[in-house]
Amino acid sequence: MQKNRIDQISEINKDKLLNFTFNGKKMQGYQGDTLASALLANDIKIVGRSFKYHRPRGIVASGAEEPNAIFQIGSGAKTEAGLKATQVDLYDGLIATSKKGWPSINFDIAIINDWMSKAFGAGFYYKTFMYPAKFWKFYEFFLRKLSGFGSAPDQKDPDNYDHKNIHCDLLIVGAGPAGLMSALCAVQTGAKVVIVDEKDRFGGKLLSSSEKINNIPAPEWAKNTQAILENSPNVTCLKRSTAFGYYDYNFITVCQHFKNHNLNQVKQRLWRVRAKQVILAQGAFERPLVFSNNDRPGVMLASAVSEYVKRFAVLPGRNIAVFTNNDSAYQTAIDLKQAGISDLVIIDSRKNNNSNAYLDVSSLAIEVKFNTAVINVRGNKHVDSIDLASINEATGIHDKEITQRKCDLLVYSGGWSPAVHLHSQSGGKNEWSNDLHCFIPIKSNQECESVGSCNGKWSLKDCLEDGLKKTKIILTNLEFDTPDVPLPEVEEKKYFSISPLWRVKSDIEPELIPKQFIDFQNDTSVTDIFLAVREGYENIEHVKRYTALGFGTDQGKLGNINGMAILGEVLGKPINEIGTTTFRPAYTPVSFGVCAGQDIGKFFDPIRKTAIHDFHDRLNVPFELVGQWLRPWYFPRSKETLYASVHRESLATRNSLGMMDASTLGKIDVRGKDAIAFLERIYTHDIANMSIGKCAYGLILGEDGMIKDDGVMARLDENHFYITTTTGGAATVLSWLEQWLQTEWPELDVYLTSLTDQLSTIVLAGPNSRKLLQKMGAKGIDSDELPFMHTAKTSINDLDVDIFRVSFSGELAFEVNVNSNSALSLWQAFMEHGKEYNITPYGTETMHVLRAEKGFIIVGQDTDGSVSPVDAGLGWMLSKNKDFIGKRSLTRKDSNKKNRKQLVGLYSVDKKSVVSEGSQLIKNKNKDKDNPVPMFGHVSSSYFSPILNQPIALALLENGRDRYDERLVAVSSDENEIEVIVTNPCFYDSKGERQNV
Amino acid sequence: MLLINCPWCGERDETEFSYGGEAGIVRPENPEILSDEEWGDYLFMRKNTKGVFTEQWNHSSGCRQWFLVKRDTVTYKIIDSYKFDRSDSENKGSK
Ligand SMILES: [Zn+2]
Repeated sequence: MQKNRIDQISEINKDKLLNFTFNGKKMQGYQGDTLASALLANDIKIVGRSFKYHRPRGIVASGAEEPNAIFQIGSGAKTEAGLKATQVDLYDGLIATSKKGWPSINFDIAIINDWMSKAFGAGFYYKTFMYPAKFWKFYEFFLRKLSGFGSAPDQKDPDNYDHKNIHCDLLIVGAGPAGLMSALCAVQTGAKVVIVDEKDRFGGKLLSSSEKINNIPAPEWAKNTQAILENSPNVTCLKRSTAFGYYDYNFITVCQHFKNHNLNQVKQRLWRVRAKQVILAQGAFERPLVFSNNDRPGVMLASAVSEYVKRFAVLPGRNIAVFTNNDSAYQTAIDLKQAGISDLVIIDSRKNNNSNAYLDVSSLAIEVKFNTAVINVRGNKHVDSIDLASINEATGIHDKEITQRKCDLLVYSGGWSPAVHLHSQSGGKNEWSNDLHCFIPIKSNQECESVGSCNGKWSLKDCLEDGLKKTKIILTNLEFDTPDVPLPEVEEKKYFSISPLWRVKSDIEPELIPKQFIDFQNDTSVTDIFLAVREGYENIEHVKRYTALGFGTDQGKLGNINGMAILGEVLGKPINEIGTTTFRPAYTPVSFGVCAGQDIGKFFDPIRKTAIHDFHDRLNVPFELVGQWLRPWYFPRSKETLYASVHRESLATRNSLGMMDASTLGKIDVRGKDAIAFLERIYTHDIANMSIGKCAYGLILGEDGMIKDDGVMARLDENHFYITTTTGGAATVLSWLEQWLQTEWPELDVYLTSLTDQLSTIVLAGPNSRKLLQKMGAKGIDSDELPFMHTAKTSINDLDVDIFRVSFSGELAFEVNVNSNSALSLWQAFMEHGKEYNITPYGTETMHVLRAEKGFIIVGQDTDGSVSPVDAGLGWMLSKNKDFIGKRSLTRKDSNKKNRKQLVGLYSVDKKSVVSEGSQLIKNKNKDKDNPVPMFGHVSSSYFSPILNQPIALALLENGRDRYDERLVAVSSDENEIEVIVTNPCFYDSKGERQNV
Repeated sequence: MLLINCPWCGERDETEFSYGGEAGIVRPENPEILSDEEWGDYLFMRKNTKGVFTEQWNHSSGCRQWFLVKRDTVTYKIIDSYKFDRSDSENKGSK
C-alpha cells in the first residue's frame, strides 16, 4: 500500500510496478524510484538505529549526504553492505535489510544506551573500554553486535567489475545547471569532454526546480541538454557515476554503476580519468538545523522533501511544519502547497523582511511565524508534535513561553554548504564567507575550477553564468576557439537570503535539555562539543576525533559545518579561525570489487611457468609459488605424503641420481670491455684471476654490508660472464646492477641481458649424474677435463648445452643449460635414459633438505637483510685485494660488535622432534611465562634429514660459533618446547668429498 | 598520481616508474679512508627537503632508464626531468 504516493506528474513510471522487501516485509514501488523514495511512499518511518544511543532514525536526505538509511542490499553472494537507500535505484526483487537494531529496528535492546546517555558522552569509547585489557574480547563482541553497518558476503562475489582509462581535455563533475552549461559550451569546440553525475539522469537540482530556462521548464531544459550531449561524439556522458577521488596531476577516479546488469555484464566500472582541465560543479548540500530531538524520524531536509514530491510523487506527511533560517525552504512550502497540503506553517528564525519568498508564500496563503524556532520534537518513534518558542533577537536564546503544534512531518533548512570535497582533495583551500555563511573554494593547486553552487553561487542565473564564463576561459587556455555561446534567458526565484542559526539556544545548560544532534551517523550532539572543549580539545581535527564528528560513511556532509560553527561559539572564535577538517578520498564509499576490477583470481598477479611445466603438471605435482614462479614442491608417487616423498627423493639423489627443474634461477649475461671492473665492484670475491671456464660462488652485498643475493657466476670468455641470481631476486638484482651502471658508473662499458626465460636449467645431482650425461653423448666432462666449479659446452642428443659443474646438494652435480624450446624434450630424454640409475625428479622441498644438510644458506630464508657474510660464516669470500659494494660497512663498529647473530646448526636432543621454523632459542625451559625470557636467536630452516635419519635445523644465534655443543630450547609460537644442541651448520660430508669425484 | 616525463619516452603514469631517492649521493672514491661517521653519512643520511628536491627515478616498467627529476615536495609539481648527461645535472649518485 503506497500510502504516501500522490497523483502528480513525475519521473516515476506508474505502469511499471516493482516488488521489493524491506526487513522481510513485502512492498511495492515504481520504475524510477530510488529505494528511499519507495520506502517513503510506503510510509516507512524508522529505517535504522543510531550508532551509539540506538535511537530510531528515518530518512533525512535524498543523496550522498543521507546518514540514516544505510542498508544491506541483496542476499547470498551478491549481498552488499552499507548502501545508502537514496543512491540505490529500485529494481524488481530487491531485498533491503537494516543492519543496525538488535533484535529489530522497532524494538532495540541497546536503546538503553539512550536512557543512559549521560554516561556515553564524547570520548566514551576511549575512556570506558580501555581497561582491563582482558575484557576487550567481551567488549568487542557487544560493540560489533550493536554497531555494525552490515555484513560482508561469505561467498565469492559473482559480479564483474572493470577499469577503464580515459584522457580528456575537460572533465566536468556534476551535471546540474553549472555543469550542464559548461558542457554545452565545451561541446561546440570539439574538445574531448567527460561529464559525470551521480544520478541516473542529468539535471541535478534542475530536476525538482520550478524555474524556467529559455522559457522552458528547468527539468525539460536539463533533458534537452542531456540529449545534445549524448549525441555529441566528443562527449562521454557518465550517469550513475561518482567522482570520488582527486589525485595529483588532475587524475580523478570515477565509479560508475550499471543498472539492470546481469552476470555477464559489468556491475561497476572504475574510470581512471586524466584531464587537462577539471570543472567542479558538484553543487551544495543543505544543512540541518540543530535543536532538541532533531533526529526523530519525520524530520527531513527541505530540498529532499521537494525532490521526493516533485521527482517521485511521494508526500511523506500531511500536517507539515517548515523550519528555516533562510529563503530556500520557502520553495519547499510552495511545492507542498501545490501538492495539496493545507496544514502547513513556515517557522522562520529570522524577523520578517518582506522578501520575495515571503510575498510568494503569502499569496498562496501559507502561514509564516517569524522570530520563532522549533525548540523540541515530541513523539517516541516519530514526530507527532513540535514545541515552538520565539527567540530573542539579541541573544539568540528562546523564550520560556512554549506553544505546541501537531505535525507529522517537520521539514528544515539551515542554509547551504558548497560541496568543496573534490576541490579540497585536489589541494585547494577554502575560505569562510561572512556574506554567504559557508566555506567557498579559493584557488586550487591544480588545473581545476569550481563553478555554480559549489562555488557559492546560489541563483540559477549565477550558476549558469559562472559555468559559462569559466568554461570559456578554460577552453581559450586550451587553445580552442572561444565558443560563441550566449547565456540563456532565465526566469528565476531569488530565494537565498539567510541569517545563520547554528543551534537553538536555551537559557539552561545544553546537558539539561534533550539532545541536539549535529552528526546523525555518529550520534554527535551539542553537548559532546562542549565536553570536548572542557576536556581541552580545541583544534577541529582533535574535536573531530574525540567526538567522532564527521567520521561516518557520509563523512559529515550533513553536520560538519554546524559542528564547526558550534565549536567556534564555544571557543568564542569566528568560524574562519576554526577551519575545516581534511577532506580525503573517497567522497562516497567505494566497493572493494570495483577497486580490484579484473585483477582477481588468476589475473591478480602474473604466473610464470618453466618450459618443463607441462611435465610436472601431468604428474599432478603440488606446486609452490616462488616469487611469481610455480615450482614443483615434491613429486609424490601415488598417494605419498610430503614427508615420504622427500625422504625417497633425497635418498635417491644421495645414493644414485636426482633431477631438478632449476629454470627459475635468474640468469644474466654480462659482457663489455669493463665487465671485469664492474663485477669486481659487485661481487665480494676476486674476479680478474678467474680463468676462462671457471665458476665461482658469488655473494652480492648491499652497501650496508649485508647479504643481498647469491648465486653461481662463470667466466665464459675474456670479457664475457654469466651470472645467476636467486629465483626471487632475479628482477631486483638486474635493476640494481643497471642502477649502478647508469647512475654511478656510466663510463663503464658493460651490457646486461636477462636470459632467465631464454635458457632452462636442469640439475642432475648424485653419484651417477656424470654417467648419465656421458651415456647420452656429453663430451669433455670427466673429472680431469671438467673439474668441480668449471663450465663447458657440449651437446646431448644433438642439443647444444652449457654444463656447469657446481653443486647445491653436496653431491657430484651438473647444471645443464639448454635453449628453453628444447628443455622439455631434454628433460624427458633424461627421464628415459636415467631409468637404469633410478633417476628421481625432486622438488623445492628436497632441494631445501639437501642444501640444509650441507649448511648452505637460502638468501631471504636464512638471511633477512641484517646478516653479514661474516655472520653467515662466509667471511672467507671477502676479498682483501679490492673494494666492493658493502666492504666498508663490514668494518663499521656495529658490524663487529659482540653478540651478533651467527649461522649455526641445531640437532634435536631426542633425535625425533623437528623444531618449527621461526622458533626462538632460549636458555632453559620456559617457567615464568609472564616475564620476557632472553631470546638468543631463531630457527631459520628446519627439516628431517633422511640421510642422517634425524632432524636438523639452521639458526641465527648470538655468538653462535662460540657455542657449539651448548644445549638450548627452541620454543615455537604455539609454545612447543624442544631441546636442541648447537653445532656446525654443515651436517653432512663436511670435507666436501662427494662433490669432488 | 604523478604524471612523469621520462626523457626517453615522454609523459607516463607514476605507476610505470620506481623511485630512487635523493640524487647527487656520490659513492666515495676511496671508502677505506673514511671514518665510520663519514661512511654513515653516505650510507644513511638523506635530506628531507621542503620545496624543490632533485631525485632519481627509473622508468622501470618502460625503457628501464634512470633519470633525474626536480620536484616540489610541497605541491608535488614536477619542475624538470632530464637525463644524467645533461650538462647542468647533478650527474652522479646511487643508493
Ligand atoms: Zn622511458
